[in-house]
Amino acid sequence: MSAFSVSTATGPAQSPAQGPAQGPARGSAQRSALWQLTLTEVKLLARERVRFILMIGIPVALIIILGSIPALKKPSPDFSGRPFIDYFTMIMVVFAIAMLSLTAVPLVLAGYRERGVLRRLRTTPIGPFRVLGAQLGAASGVVVVTTVLLLVIARIGFSVPFPSQVGGFILTVILAAAALLSLGLVIASVAPTARTAQGFGALLWYLMMFFAGLWIPIPEMPKVLQHISHATPLGAAVSAMANSAQGRFPTALELVTLAAWTAGLALAAGKLFRWE
Amino acid sequence: MRNVIEVRNLHKAYGDTVAVEDVSLTVQEGEIFGILGPNGAGKTTTVECIEGLRTPGSGTISVLGLDPQRDRAELTQLLGVQLQDSQLPARLEVAEALSLYSAFYRNPADWRGLLEVLGLADKAKTKFAKLSGGQQQRLSIALALLGSPRVAVLDELTTGLDPQARRDTWDLIEGIRDRGVTVVLVTHFMEEAERLCDRVALIDSGRVVVVDTPANLADRAGDEQRIQFTPSVDFDDALLTSLPDVTNVTRRGDVVVVTGTGNALNAVTSVLARQQIVAKHLRVEQASLEDAFLKLTGRQH
Repeated sequence: MSAFSVSTATGPAQSPAQGPAQGPARGSAQRSALWQLTLTEVKLLARERVRFILMIGIPVALIIILGSIPALKKPSPDFSGRPFIDYFTMIMVVFAIAMLSLTAVPLVLAGYRERGVLRRLRTTPIGPFRVLGAQLGAASGVVVVTTVLLLVIARIGFSVPFPSQVGGFILTVILAAAALLSLGLVIASVAPTARTAQGFGALLWYLMMFFAGLWIPIPEMPKVLQHISHATPLGAAVSAMANSAQGRFPTALELVTLAAWTAGLALAAGKLFRWE
Repeated sequence: MRNVIEVRNLHKAYGDTVAVEDVSLTVQEGEIFGILGPNGAGKTTTVECIEGLRTPGSGTISVLGLDPQRDRAELTQLLGVQLQDSQLPARLEVAEALSLYSAFYRNPADWRGLLEVLGLADKAKTKFAKLSGGQQQRLSIALALLGSPRVAVLDELTTGLDPQARRDTWDLIEGIRDRGVTVVLVTHFMEEAERLCDRVALIDSGRVVVVDTPANLADRAGDEQRIQFTPSVDFDDALLTSLPDVTNVTRRGDVVVVTGTGNALNAVTSVLARQQIVAKHLRVEQASLEDAFLKLTGRQH
């Protein structure tokens, strides 16, 4: 036992007692691990009560406040003859997606990196890509629930109809969430700490929400700002959703703009993401 | 004894900074193998290469016959890792963490049993951030053992723990070894290495200085002893300096400090007894692993 054994390897290295588990059993075990990890991430997101309330509570409150102003429930020529509140509901959907993607997700991932959570996971069989997958899966789940919740509240409270072009609306939500979550990953990658990630995220959120028409609706912006808005992911998303709400399929330009942002940001996230 | 880990001529640099110059070592099945060295010696980089977290610059590593880079998926099933400064999400509960992590493994240990063994049973519903440092550390050990690993690598296990928690953790590690798990322990605490390790590799400036048992290493530091006591009656130093094994006698107030080799202790006590001098508060210090460390690395710890 006490033999001096620097560089004196004695005896053959032993091979592992068990070989890799075979085929489908292992695959399904890994799927259930991914599922559990995703559920855990959802639970953790929900436990961040303040952020959760900001993300869902503020849009709900704004819909209720603006929905209670009679003038905003009257049809307006600015919004293709629909009331402002219909249009505003779409802005709130985008609001929630952006809040989750640009502040919650980067904060969580940068925090995981800072605190060594990602490193620890790398030493387990779960592997790094499932960790990211679970994070994005959890965020997507929250996006779906929040979107449905906002649409239902607006419908029940203020007779805002559900988007009549359902396919166009779902496609837009998917593209918008993909683009923003990719941007969230980019933020998590370039930010040295969780705190700076949150700062970058908030800054981008304000900027992008401006172009999404949170303060001045896009149709009421000066022409130059309207053009810029349509080129940003959230501006394109709001316009595409407004089209879907009114029964029109989003325009090719809106969809291409969203898809291009998604592709570019996902590529950047893939290049930039660091595990430690 | 079979070798479970073999590292040959490992070299790793980050840019211009060489973290590991040339490390070779073998870890045998069933032992607690200590990797000891000053901060920045390359201990953590070495084990991170073993864990597959870092790619070696050059050299080869084999863990249970697997290549940590190429066979990562399989290695993670067999190698439990406790990383230095690695936390969990603040709001994750202890039981949730254990149940989640056991879903990752092919052959998970019973996590409820582990909770008992680690004294965390009453903390199952506690969030990670609300645990004490010692409890977080024990949870970290539990996670490292969750996959029923054959080898566990534990990095800076007891740093930041209070003395009681440190001792409890040591008992725990001995328990793990008794269950047949080979343990690699990275530490800069001499006492920890002395108490736990079957063999120790001393690493300094990215090289293995020596590998041996803690006792043999201490012997290398020489057999010098320091004998310290307060005599009941004053006496002339010559009484002791004349003894062949005594090299030096000094006084600090009432206290006499004798340094010597070999049989010095016997010689001193019998002379004192013959003169009917009682040695009060007698203390004997022998060379320790720490002395060996200082001697072999030639620097202050």
